[in-house]
Amino acid sequence: MSRITHAAVAALATVVVSVLAPAPAQAVQKTTFRIGFVTFLSGPAAGPFGVPAKLAAEAIVESLNAGKGPAPYQVKGIGSLPIELVVVDEAGGGTKQVSEFRSLVERQNVDAVIGYIGSGDCLAIAPVAEELKMLTVLVDCGTPRVFEEASYKYVFRTRAHATMDAVAATLYLLDNRPAVKRITGINQNYAYGQDSWNDFEATIKTIRPDAEIISSQMPKFGAGQYGAEISALLSANPDVIHSSLWGGDLEAFMLQAQPRDLFKRAQLILVAGEPYLHRLPGKIPDGTIIGARGANGAFAPDSPIKRWLTELYKGKSGGLDPNYPAYSVANAFLGLKTAFEKAQRTKIGSAIPMGAAKNVKEEMEKAYAPANTEEAIASFENLVFDGPAGKVRMALGKGHQAVQGTAYGTTRLENGVIKLGNIKYYDADRVTPPEGVSSLDWIKSGFRKTK
Amino acid sequence: MKLDRTSVALLAVGAVLIAVGPVLPKWGVSLLNVSLCYGIVVLGMMLMMRTGLVSFGHGLYYCIGAYAGGLLDHYLKLPDMLLMVAGGALSAAVVATILGFLLAKYRDIFFAMLSLAFSMILYGLLTKSASLGSTDGFNVAAKSIAGVAVNGEGRQFAAYALTVALAAVCALLLNLYLRSHRGRLAEAIRDNELRVEYMGASVRNIVHLHYIMAATFAGIGGAMMSINIGHIDPEMTYWPQSGEFVFIGILSGTGSVFAPMLGALLFETIRSFAYEYSPNTWQMVLGITMLIVIVFLPGGLWSLFRQRRAP
Amino acid sequence: MNQLLVVVFDALTYSAWLFIIAVGLTLIYGVMKILNIAHGSLYALGAFSAVSLSSWWLAHGYPPMGTYAMLALAALLVGLIAGPLIERGLLQFLYEKDEVVLVLVTYALFLILEDLMKLVWGVDPLLLYEPYQLLGSIEIGGIGYQSFDLVLIAVAVLVGIGLAWVLNRTRSGKLLKAVIHDREMSAALGINVKFTYFLTFTVGAILAAVGGALTAPKISVVTGIGAEVIVLAFAVVVIGGLGSMGGAALGAIIVGLVRTIAVHYLPEVEVFSIYFVMAVVLIVRPKGLFSGAEVRRI
Repeated sequence: MSRITHAAVAALATVVVSVLAPAPAQAVQKTTFRIGFVTFLSGPAAGPFGVPAKLAAEAIVESLNAGKGPAPYQVKGIGSLPIELVVVDEAGGGTKQVSEFRSLVERQNVDAVIGYIGSGDCLAIAPVAEELKMLTVLVDCGTPRVFEEASYKYVFRTRAHATMDAVAATLYLLDNRPAVKRITGINQNYAYGQDSWNDFEATIKTIRPDAEIISSQMPKFGAGQYGAEISALLSANPDVIHSSLWGGDLEAFMLQAQPRDLFKRAQLILVAGEPYLHRLPGKIPDGTIIGARGANGAFAPDSPIKRWLTELYKGKSGGLDPNYPAYSVANAFLGLKTAFEKAQRTKIGSAIPMGAAKNVKEEMEKAYAPANTEEAIASFENLVFDGPAGKVRMALGKGHQAVQGTAYGTTRLENGVIKLGNIKYYDADRVTPPEGVSSLDWIKSGFRKTK
Repeated sequence: MKLDRTSVALLAVGAVLIAVGPVLPKWGVSLLNVSLCYGIVVLGMMLMMRTGLVSFGHGLYYCIGAYAGGLLDHYLKLPDMLLMVAGGALSAAVVATILGFLLAKYRDIFFAMLSLAFSMILYGLLTKSASLGSTDGFNVAAKSIAGVAVNGEGRQFAAYALTVALAAVCALLLNLYLRSHRGRLAEAIRDNELRVEYMGASVRNIVHLHYIMAATFAGIGGAMMSINIGHIDPEMTYWPQSGEFVFIGILSGTGSVFAPMLGALLFETIRSFAYEYSPNTWQMVLGITMLIVIVFLPGGLWSLFRQRRAP
Repeated sequence: MNQLLVVVFDALTYSAWLFIIAVGLTLIYGVMKILNIAHGSLYALGAFSAVSLSSWWLAHGYPPMGTYAMLALAALLVGLIAGPLIERGLLQFLYEKDEVVLVLVTYALFLILEDLMKLVWGVDPLLLYEPYQLLGSIEIGGIGYQSFDLVLIAVAVLVGIGLAWVLNRTRSGKLLKAVIHDREMSAALGINVKFTYFLTFTVGAILAAVGGALTAPKISVVTGIGAEVIVLAFAVVVIGGLGSMGGAALGAIIVGLVRTIAVHYLPEVEVFSIYFVMAVVLIVRPKGLFSGAEVRRI
């Protein structure tokens, strides 16, 4: 062989060996509970969602590890094992995230993965988690497709899916302004924006078939310039403008639309507007209908868990209140913790009569060993636990998809601060489809309670 | 036919990789899977670069390959790995044949930008197709190989073996082509088109052919990637993805068909480790790596080996 | 009639914005043959610096009108610091490389700057909306607009006229055109090509930063805004013909018009309208609208 091919073979071998060699040995005795935490650290979703989620995760882990959680979360870490976080950037889309997920599982040997804000990432990760048998808790993605198109054993989502945002928004709108007629919207041209508008449009058509729907503006994600869209909305002269914009896009739109009096006549609905209230005083007009994708943030009823999360998050973020991604993260950690600890209690409970058996010591050791993934899954399914926004019920997707109620309110500027008034809560059953029915079918069927 | 040494080495490395597959750590298999799929795509980039052309929109064919494979599973319920790869290759080749009539006239930055425009139009179209999941894409699950049903560990190994085999075969075919008379014209075109025309060869036909070949490789890489990853989305034809292929192409150099595979492996390793160990600054790590390669290894990684060649 | 007026004005504001960003890109390409992806980073740097300086100004209780001076100052500072740093510190060593390799160099630079900005300004979106509303509003075609958008159009026109004047009427402009036309010959004639490059890149950087600084009051400034504009700017200069100022202007107007018409009448196709125009133009005019004959070197 020529030197060049020798070199090629040698090089390939070297790279392969050096890359594969330092495979870490499996831990014999578990001393920590390693959690892979995946969230946006770069790109447009980092500021509004990704970094708040990371801050919340770090604050929660510190508090739980110190045993300072509120009742019933006072056990240290997860089942007394301190939690260790491995944080990964969610940037790059589904394909990259699958690779990253694999290396989290196969190279970092994590015990569970918590994360994912993008719906595409959640869809992509779920089957891989299943293949790798890795307990994975999806944090903040909204698409109902995850558990409506497939069912999973190892995948859980501890926040309600996005259908309820549109349904509750419509109910709230029609309760407060029953006479509205001309309806339009502005939503980003990607899956979440399209779904939000489609759900909203379908809900309006079902409840108010006589309403006149003007097709929504669909600016490109991250467009920044909304001059033409605002003119088009003004020319359409609508009664209602529905928007699921978030982050920089929402802020840019509000900055450009508000001074042009777009909202003088039109009722604005911001499905995901709650996190921006403190950032845009004077820019969100009074009377705007605001949601937080669940009864999160300002909508969450007072409770020790909410106070705990708020205090923790303020400490980490320099005094900011936790936004809804932070609530979702809290749900994920508390749900996972509950599942593992409940599984361990079940084990210990069933081990006691075995004390009569021969290998008492062995049996006891086995019972007191931390619960494994399979045991945790058994107790995670259909679990009901307390989150910072109230009870979380794992009721859909064969016990893997959470349902929670939601809330909407109306803004009012008071002394330079935007307050929420006229808050209405909607029970999960009223705004979420029953098991086995896809969201859009459920809306079109007129919200039937059974299949 | 007598095989040259690079070809023999390719077959040998391929066979060894498949043989050690079962004992490799799982993450090593995943890393190789992804790298080799990228490597197959970059083989095409390498052929184009030898011809003097760089596409900023090669993600177009990578994405077409993946979606063609995915649609076989999604609509026709034919989730066979070989069929998906063949479908991906064929679709990419067909589209490239059509667009090639147009693109073969273009050179330099204009070729790059027109390719970019086409890839972004596909991105826009996919974003608008709600039935294909819009920007969220959809999941793909290959369930058999050449008609033999596979699942679990067997499926993983089958996918890995197929990836390695495809990478080896594609590299082998390209290597044979590059050694052929026509293949050698590639670099002549890069250096001076007019002289090639005077020799009696049609530059346009050769460019068109190379474009189709490059697209086919990208289609194969995309389809295989969708099988390995299990998910496809329009991000595959968005410009940063195409930029990544150019990045790996330059990183690798055009010296040998081994180069794209090595370049892709190195790139994926750096990217993956940077994501994990430097999650806030991984872009910077990639950028600095790129600058180092351009400044110190102008011929790409491959020049590292070439310098040792006996005079 | 009113509707037409609205569409035209919307298109004009968008085109003006595009032109300010694209003209720097096309200038740098024309002279240096570098398709500068880091132009997007310079735009973002301009926006971030504008927010920082203006917020500092407002925090001290100085008159709000002064924020316009701060926007200009931010753009100048970014251009005068980052431009020379990049050109002298990196690009000058790589001029003999292939055009495509140079694109990658600027891509690498873009990645590095993206993370640097994240380290300096964090990932929280920054707001600076005061300057957008200070000038009050006007009515066109029965629809309210902010007068700030008129400023944007005025700046774009001034930049265009200014560049055209410098290039065609001044000595250094004519020298620059000589370099654009034939680098080697100009060097042989004794033109200081090195200095020309330095100057061009700095001016281009200032223009990018001006674009960012003038956009900052309308948007929420956050990492990633550079990536969004750079592809748009590419489309504009390619449509117009790489390296041509007039082309950048025409390209910006075409893209602005097409996008605005899409938004008003067919919002569904807005997402790929620009690339569609780019493909059509390139198919009809392979080197863009404004492109001269090229010497074929044998």
